[in-house]
Amino acid sequence: MADEAIVNASGTDSPAVHDGAGADEGVRRRDFINIAAVSFAGVGGLAVLVPLVSQMAPSADVLAESSTEIDISQIAPGQAIKAVFRKQPVFVRNLTPVEISEADKVPLSSLRDPQTLEERTKPGKTNWLITMGVCTHLGCVPLGAGEGEVKGEFGGYFCPCHGSVYDTAARIRKGPAPKNLEVPVYEFTSDTVVKIG
Amino acid sequence: MSFPWAKHYKPSHPLMQWLDEKLPLPRFVYNAVGAGYPVPRNLNYMWNFGVLAGVCLMLQIVTGVVLAMHYAANSGVAFDSVEHIMRDVNWGWMLRYAHANGASAFFVVVYIHIFRGFFYSSYKPPREMIWLLGVTIFLLMMATAFMGYVLPWGQMSFWGAKVITGLFSAIPVVGTPLQQWLLGGFAPDNAALNRFFSLHFLLPFVILGVVILHIWALHIPGSSNPTGVEVKTESDTVPFHPYYTAKDGFGLGVFAILYCTMLFFLPNALGHPDNYIQANPLSTPAHIVPEWYFWPFYAILRAFTADFLFIPAKLMGVLAMFSAILVWFFLPWLDTSPVRSGHYRPLFRKFFYLLVIDVLVLGFCGGSPAETKYVLISQIAATYYFLHFLVILPIVASIEKPAPLPFSITQAVLGKDDQTAPAA
Amino acid sequence: MVRLFGPLVGLFFAVALLWSFGVGAIQAIREPEPATAVQVYHLAPHEPEPGFSFNGAFGKFDRAQLQRGFQVYKEVCSNCHSLHFVAFRDLAALGYSEAEVKAIAKDWSNKAKVVDPKTGDETQRDNVPADHFPKVYYAGTGNPPDLSLVTKARHEGPEYVYSLLTGYQDQPAELLKRFPDSKTPDGLYYNPYFANLNIAMPAPLADDQVTYGDGTKATKQQMAADVAAFLTWTAEPKMEKRKQTGWAVLGFLLAATVLAYLAKRNIWARVH
Repeated sequence: MADEAIVNASGTDSPAVHDGAGADEGVRRRDFINIAAVSFAGVGGLAVLVPLVSQMAPSADVLAESSTEIDISQIAPGQAIKAVFRKQPVFVRNLTPVEISEADKVPLSSLRDPQTLEERTKPGKTNWLITMGVCTHLGCVPLGAGEGEVKGEFGGYFCPCHGSVYDTAARIRKGPAPKNLEVPVYEFTSDTVVKIG
Repeated sequence: MSFPWAKHYKPSHPLMQWLDEKLPLPRFVYNAVGAGYPVPRNLNYMWNFGVLAGVCLMLQIVTGVVLAMHYAANSGVAFDSVEHIMRDVNWGWMLRYAHANGASAFFVVVYIHIFRGFFYSSYKPPREMIWLLGVTIFLLMMATAFMGYVLPWGQMSFWGAKVITGLFSAIPVVGTPLQQWLLGGFAPDNAALNRFFSLHFLLPFVILGVVILHIWALHIPGSSNPTGVEVKTESDTVPFHPYYTAKDGFGLGVFAILYCTMLFFLPNALGHPDNYIQANPLSTPAHIVPEWYFWPFYAILRAFTADFLFIPAKLMGVLAMFSAILVWFFLPWLDTSPVRSGHYRPLFRKFFYLLVIDVLVLGFCGGSPAETKYVLISQIAATYYFLHFLVILPIVASIEKPAPLPFSITQAVLGKDDQTAPAA
Repeated sequence: MVRLFGPLVGLFFAVALLWSFGVGAIQAIREPEPATAVQVYHLAPHEPEPGFSFNGAFGKFDRAQLQRGFQVYKEVCSNCHSLHFVAFRDLAALGYSEAEVKAIAKDWSNKAKVVDPKTGDETQRDNVPADHFPKVYYAGTGNPPDLSLVTKARHEGPEYVYSLLTGYQDQPAELLKRFPDSKTPDGLYYNPYFANLNIAMPAPLADDQVTYGDGTKATKQQMAADVAAFLTWTAEPKMEKRKQTGWAVLGFLLAATVLAYLAKRNIWARVH
């Protein structure tokens, strides 16, 4: 008896139900309801996953701190500061004319990640080099922005973790890092204030 | 499993055959809640609540694990972190309300499950072990719920923790040191909050383990049924799947509608407003009330107002409150009537309904302020509570004349039992 | 064993309870608890005249009202009461633009407190949208509660805030006649909606205390209703999303449950 009920559930032949075309259609309609009910349960289960997954994404208070304003009026040429942007260091560097010309001298073809200093700065403000302080190799903070730190053999930044060396345009010159230090989205809201993010 | 006619798992796909040989997990599920578990065919909707309780446990574990990703168990920031969840975390408000109302839903379901057990005497042999494990689950749930309520670190959290751990100070000699040991201090603070969080995270998994034992023990004699007559032949049963999976699916839908109505439209109706005020050790709320599911026991605790035979009222209250649950452990040996179902026990049935009313009255008194009239009512109600389980049930069992039982489950359902014909 | 000891334990508890009952009942008859002024004169909160727009399963906030309520909080309440769980950025939900939110934060008179990491000196800076409303420290009598959650921290919170703000009155002469000990102490104010009738906060609102930008007449009732609405939003900023999600979920569940019922009937048709 129980066996028979199970067989009916899968809609295959069963003499108890197979007594005419009308009943046959009835079986199909009834199967449809069962399938629809199970599908609804499946959709409901998937919908529950939405909040469970998205709760791990950055929350509103984290997103609210996704832009940072930095006062650059105190940075003299040749100096750099470390600021915090999205809980990561960002380097703001006021390049000297010598550093700019050094960066411009390098032939693009010799670079691993070819970019000119002009492409990495804002027009008319090529002396302001603003990059993330996150090595593109594995995410350590390179040295060179703080006072008295080693700037590496190309006068830019030097990452002590695995020896990546960046030049005065923060372009990768030597070592394992694949890319130049990332330039975040930013704009000058005035001559002395930069808004990053 | 339990009955010789139970269907056997026969995997047809080679992959499933391979899996069955190496790790017979699908076979286990098939025999536990699949077509391999024959269940009495006459279960009514009261039998939905076991599965629903399991669903509630999973709901609490899932939402709880997720909330723990954002909650900070430190008395300095716990309250803020809960508000952070409510305001800033994506869907955080929903997850927290789901967890808070999920606790209430869990207790509603479990109370109905327990009273189903009372009415149909589900605790009687051969199912005593299922019952003992069930009462254990209930005790663990109460501990978990209490510690969970402390975590938001609101006024009721703090004062609840203080009052409940204060119960232990009623124990002679070791009471006060014991309370300080439980709290890790002289009053609830960071140490207490942190350990409560740890245990609140751990205990649900202990509950899950005992639930597995509860279901395991259930599968040995098989489910009871509304007639209380044991299964005799195959025609008395249907396979769990698809019959009871379908019925439980419908029950789950109704449950989800009621639960979501609370969650989305009355999320704070069962909570206490004072818990939206940050814990303040210097100011006690006007009246301290536990969550509604503790009200009957809280009423029993408060019902002892006078010292009795050199036993302080405070100690009597604590003893009685714990005894009110512990007495359930002895139920299989207190109610010795050979008839299980309340349907066939006219005298027992009257007392059962009286117990339901009694517990509701106790609950009402427990949730009311400690005014004389409520205390007096709860004293009468608590008297009946203890007399019911410890005095009335044994007496009823010996003097009652039960109504005639049906020959079999099939006869009860169909009015006839021709054991040779298929019951279609 | 159980059958022997069980009834004895039961009788023990029963007798102890009846003893407590007897003692309590005799005491209640001999010395009935006297009524208190709070029992007689405390009033249950009520809604403002047209009712709150956010009540009910379909209720929504009225953005203009929330902005007016924020103005009342800013100009009146914020002198003593914190709003610490709310951030300036949250105000965007009241209909303010990003620039307006930024300006509100910048111009907020209670500045953000920061400690200079070099000197350890406490200094202050302008608030930014990401900041929470700075805590307000109050040196006078009483402890003005943080208002972020006040409407959830009281029974019928929005109605309570409205009733409390409009409920100040002179202590009834009858009350003093009946309960001479319950005279409102100096420095406190009589308010029948407050839990113990005597509140430390003086009546904060008077007609035309603020000037609304949208031309709404600033009666005491209007301001009380507006600020109650605003504080309902601060306590439950996700209320509209909650109700909206609720209806979608219930609609889905209803359909799923009907289907589940039909499927259940189908399957059981085979054995009935």
